[in-house]
Amino acid sequence: METLAKLLNKLKTLDRRIIFTLTALAVIIPLVARLGIPSKQITNEVQGLYDYLDKLPPGSKVLISFDYDPQTKPECHPMAIAIVRHCFKKNLIIISIALWPTGASLADQVLTDEAKILGKEAGKDYAFLGYKPGGAVVIQKICTNFAEAFPTDDKGTPLKDISVMSGINDLTPFSAILSLSSGDPGIKQWVMIAHEQTRVPVAGGCTAVSAPEFYPYLNSGQMFGLLGGMKGASEYEQISGFKGMATAGMGAQSIVHLLLIIFIILANISYFYEKRKEKLGIVD
Amino acid sequence: MKREFPMLITVIAGLGYLLFYFIPHWPFNLIGEMFQSWVIVISAFAILLGVGSLIKVHGDRISRKTEGWPYSIILLSGVFITAILGIWKGVDVGTPFDYIFRYFYSPMGSTMFSLLAFFIASAAFRAFRAQSREATMLLVAAFFVMLGRVPIGELIWEGFPKIASWLMNFPTTAGQRAIMIGAALGVVSTSIKILIGIDKSYLGGD
Repeated sequence: METLAKLLNKLKTLDRRIIFTLTALAVIIPLVARLGIPSKQITNEVQGLYDYLDKLPPGSKVLISFDYDPQTKPECHPMAIAIVRHCFKKNLIIISIALWPTGASLADQVLTDEAKILGKEAGKDYAFLGYKPGGAVVIQKICTNFAEAFPTDDKGTPLKDISVMSGINDLTPFSAILSLSSGDPGIKQWVMIAHEQTRVPVAGGCTAVSAPEFYPYLNSGQMFGLLGGMKGASEYEQISGFKGMATAGMGAQSIVHLLLIIFIILANISYFYEKRKEKLGIVD
Repeated sequence: MKREFPMLITVIAGLGYLLFYFIPHWPFNLIGEMFQSWVIVISAFAILLGVGSLIKVHGDRISRKTEGWPYSIILLSGVFITAILGIWKGVDVGTPFDYIFRYFYSPMGSTMFSLLAFFIASAAFRAFRAQSREATMLLVAAFFVMLGRVPIGELIWEGFPKIASWLMNFPTTAGQRAIMIGAALGVVSTSIKILIGIDKSYLGGD
């Protein structure tokens, strides 16, 4: 009993360096040991996005907006890879833009790498139009006039010379709009502006911390799917039939979540012990 | 004039854009589209302004040798080297710019964000206590969502993901809707106050 009391007293003043070390180990060990834990249950929002894209006829045009930066790359990049790979495998035409300056380089990496793997050709199977400043106003602009916001692709080729861009004057030729977002402008603006003005179905992926923000749009049918954080990306990888970065990261995320729960439980045991001591008038 | 002129620009631009939204026909459609193009151009110049401001602030720190000035040298070197290589060799995959972005900027950015895990772990230990009924509800919800949103939760008990999904789809959605509606009403009232000149806080304090 005395040992337990001592332990609970120690917990009260636990050095945060111990917490940091345990957190670091909880991340590093599963990553080094390649502890990828696949998800058994696929959430409706991930399945919805997958099914929608899977049922689109080949040649359908999909707009993918890269609205994230390297800070959120560990969460958003795996979903970008999984979605782009799925679209290429289904022979969908990807038109890609970036509303975040650093999103352009990330988009270029994903499209170039995946196109190389699946033998796709820029201009014929996909087009990358680069970054455009202006945020939500760019979305408003392309709702009615695509070429005025993006007169060329990222290499400077005029849109009229890019075969996959033929017939695209606004957003209505697109079968889906996907935003991979970690803030504003992102999914919210695509739903509020593009979906409301053009009725083109919108879905996307975001960081786990911002996912709750989009559930009202999912439940109202304004979005047809959502990949929330690395877990959403890992579920998408799983139904797409490949193990990518997200599945590999699930082990580390699982262990860290468990560790956090243990921290919270221990802290609360210590808290209630202190409260009880105060109530009984026990002094150390 | 220092305050009146910016206010006039705000009122004209705000009303013009509002009319374009509700009456998307001539001449308001032309005005609205013109404003849209202006925003895109002004945003591009804002990036240049940001770079200029960055150079000025850190240039001053280096010339005055204020605390931490060597970091400013590293920052400005990074800005100039990246910009020069990007302009000179292009920004496509495989260029030196891409190399810097892929192997310097990206890992450093991800590292900064991942530091959050350590702060959250420390904060969870120190602050997440069942001190009241509301805090206990939050704690219980967090427990289910944290376990239900990772595969290990499913391995422990198959009910965790179901409870997490229910929490996300119902209580979270209801709360989020309330926040969104409240925020939207706030935006509308603030916008009206700005348009009719009651709220001048955006003009600065002097």
